[in-house]
Amino acid sequence: MSFPWAQEYAPAHPFMKWVDEKLPLPRFVYNAVGAGYPVPRNLNYFWNFGILAGVCLMLQIVTGIVLAMHYASNADIAFSSTEHIMRDVNWGWMLRYAHANGASAFFVVVYIHIFRGFFYGSYKAPREMIWLLGVVIFLLMMATAFMGYVLPWGQMSFWGASVITNLFSAIPLVGDAVHTWLLGGFAPDNAALNRFFSLHFLLPFVILGVVILHIWALHIPGSSNPTGVEVKSESDTVPFHPYYTAKDGFGLAVFLLLYTAVLFFAPNALGHPDNYIPANPMQTPAHIVPEWYFWPFYAILRAFTQNFLFFPAKLLGVLAMFSAILVWFFLPWLDNSPVRSGHFRPTFRKFYYLLVVDMLVLGYCGGSPAEEPYVMVSQIATAYYFLHFLVILPIVSMVETPAPLPFSITEAVLGADESAALAAE
Amino acid sequence: MTDNAIADTSDTTAQDAAGLGVRRRDFINIAAVSAAGVGGAAVLVPLISQMAPSADVLAESSTEVDLSAIKPGQAIKAVFRKQPVFVRNLTPSEIAAADAVPLASLRDPETLEQRTKPGHTNWLITMGVCTHLGCVPLGTGEGEPKGEFGGYFCPCHGSQYDTAARIRKGPAPKNLMVPDYVFETATTVKIG
Repeated sequence: MSFPWAQEYAPAHPFMKWVDEKLPLPRFVYNAVGAGYPVPRNLNYFWNFGILAGVCLMLQIVTGIVLAMHYASNADIAFSSTEHIMRDVNWGWMLRYAHANGASAFFVVVYIHIFRGFFYGSYKAPREMIWLLGVVIFLLMMATAFMGYVLPWGQMSFWGASVITNLFSAIPLVGDAVHTWLLGGFAPDNAALNRFFSLHFLLPFVILGVVILHIWALHIPGSSNPTGVEVKSESDTVPFHPYYTAKDGFGLAVFLLLYTAVLFFAPNALGHPDNYIPANPMQTPAHIVPEWYFWPFYAILRAFTQNFLFFPAKLLGVLAMFSAILVWFFLPWLDNSPVRSGHFRPTFRKFYYLLVVDMLVLGYCGGSPAEEPYVMVSQIATAYYFLHFLVILPIVSMVETPAPLPFSITEAVLGADESAALAAE
Repeated sequence: MTDNAIADTSDTTAQDAAGLGVRRRDFINIAAVSAAGVGGAAVLVPLISQMAPSADVLAESSTEVDLSAIKPGQAIKAVFRKQPVFVRNLTPSEIAAADAVPLASLRDPETLEQRTKPGHTNWLITMGVCTHLGCVPLGTGEGEPKGEFGGYFCPCHGSQYDTAARIRKGPAPKNLMVPDYVFETATTVKIG
């Protein structure tokens, strides 16, 4: 789809005309990320993070494929082969650090992308499908990142695999059987490592597929924008190329500066020293934590310490952790306000910032040891997290009086819109 | 099927009117789809079953442990199915402490007698795998923390086990699992 004023692909060169007739792939690209895609003229830098996430995915796929050429997914030599990459393979240290920190960069970008969506109501009609696909991508990313972290077969890899697969043993009745089936044994070992490697290789391409659906769904209504007012006329839009290719290019340069700064000057800052100790099934490290991007959800898992009615604490924690993400699937229907952008929703905006703080508190608690006061703080923050989505959002969207919206994107940008005067007549 | 359905319209209408709407083609259709469905489901069996433990993993299922060197108050970690097993020689005071706990107060009520073999109540043999999320609790080695109840302490999420390795505090739902084992002689056990 596109707006009626979208520029049409018109190849000049005979060869490109020939290609366009046989397989209109260049036309497809032109309409997706070229001059054929009209985009609201007022996008701010928060709209940069979709492209950045795409760049991160490609970065992970490229570095991952070359790392797989040197890595051996056998429990006896996986750790050594990782060290072989770090010490012996030409540029291996850089490729592995790029991949490990690339995962962190990917999650930074995606968290900002998601919270952009929370603030600007990007999940609202007619963009629900984009949002739902986005949550699917996030879940796939979490699975992929978890399995990737297991591959070096260090202490954190091993015990991370042990703890996370044990989550499934919380399922009533069949839990232990499911746990053994997932691992192909009674504890993580060769079978588990091999299947994690296989799936870690596969899932990024599944993500790529869902990303294509995500962008396809985006191009049906077109991009949202900071006012949340839909595009009304040609003056509200500019062609994606060259306007946003240039803006996104600048954002990408800034991103790459920050990413390479971490990569070259602090490549282990986000890792755990314990993962440079080979996996030892006989000894658990004193303080096991997942990677930082799982901390908020890990805090929710650990917040449940008491049995409730027939539900053991372990099952409650597991259910709460998964529900914390699954609740995002219902977001388009929990927030019923017709106004999209947080800029025009004064009450919503305050709760939005509280949610950001709540996530940061959960993240901090998830990275801390399982002792007081962190347990109690994560219990309060977990309660608030669910309260925000299940109670506060529906109520706020019913009772709030939004601020007056601009007539159009053009009016919001220029202060006046000629078509507004026409509409008033 | 649509092509023929269109071609047969007059015919089927006549049959419908007579209450004879079922055609031979419908039978073939249902039979073909059912056969494909059963075949598809059968293909899933090896695809799902291959993920279960393989024969060599299942074969590693018994371990012999020599108890003669373990003095009262000491414990060792043995290996069973590539997982730790705690073998602990309880002191009389540890046995008394375990027996003094009222069963009703326990999350997973079991007596020390139920968790040991008759005549060998001082030998507490359990898996060294926390029933919360599978970490190895501390408390076997000299000087390791044993938790508030003098048994085992799991550092991952703070579960505490008593001198009968029963869950007393923290998120774990069950007591440390007692594996199948037999005393082959007075000082050797075969686990698994």
